[in-house]
Amino acid sequence: MTEKKRTTIILFSGDYDKAMAAYIIANGAAAYDHEVTIFHTFWGLNALRKDEQVTVKKGFMEKMFAKMMPRGADKMGLSNMNFAGFGPKMIKGVMKKHNAVPLPDLIEMAQDQDIKLVACTMTMDLLGLHQEELLDGIEYAGVAAYLADAEDGKVNLFI
Amino acid sequence: MNVKQVLDVKGIACPMPIVKTKKAIRQLETGEVLEIHATDKGAKNDLTAWAKSGGHELLEHIEENDVLKFWIKKG
Repeated sequence: MTEKKRTTIILFSGDYDKAMAAYIIANGAAAYDHEVTIFHTFWGLNALRKDEQVTVKKGFMEKMFAKMMPRGADKMGLSNMNFAGFGPKMIKGVMKKHNAVPLPDLIEMAQDQDIKLVACTMTMDLLGLHQEELLDGIEYAGVAAYLADAEDGKVNLFI
Repeated sequence: MNVKQVLDVKGIACPMPIVKTKKAIRQLETGEVLEIHATDKGAKNDLTAWAKSGGHELLEHIEENDVLKFWIKKG
């Protein structure tokens, strides 16, 4: 058995469509028998937020950020044609028609396929996100851990 | 051809055909054949590349009434 190939993706964007592209590639790579890591930083962290409200102690700025950012993958907007929230509704309708997999399901599938989901702890602090607010079963790390995975990666993407 | 299992991924979109194919082929023994039915137009290139990368053999593929059929032998 040859050593497994590795794919790493940095998800920086908090847009529904971009996150969907990242998760489709990640799930495809896992089906390719790659070991896959998705490193979520800045707005990409919102893809990992639980959709229910979690009570944690927050400062004023942290509360503002928490309110303004989408709570979970399903609430994220589009990078194009968002139309103040109408765009995501339209695209979800079209996706249903074409049997494309919605983003929350892609994330669940990624966890099923043992894709390593990592939250960047530095940007979690900046945006005031706490571990309790993010999905269970993910990892917490910084740039060095990402680079350790990426340096022997065959595929490295920044989305 | 000794087809061990038939996988129906008709009507479902990328990346599901490849994810399901991987799951199905994991259940097979080396040398056994998986038959796949798909309608995703990307499936031909996807499955060809996937089989090659994974060391499996794409024995045959045909298009029949808009359904793409593949036979992959597990390597």
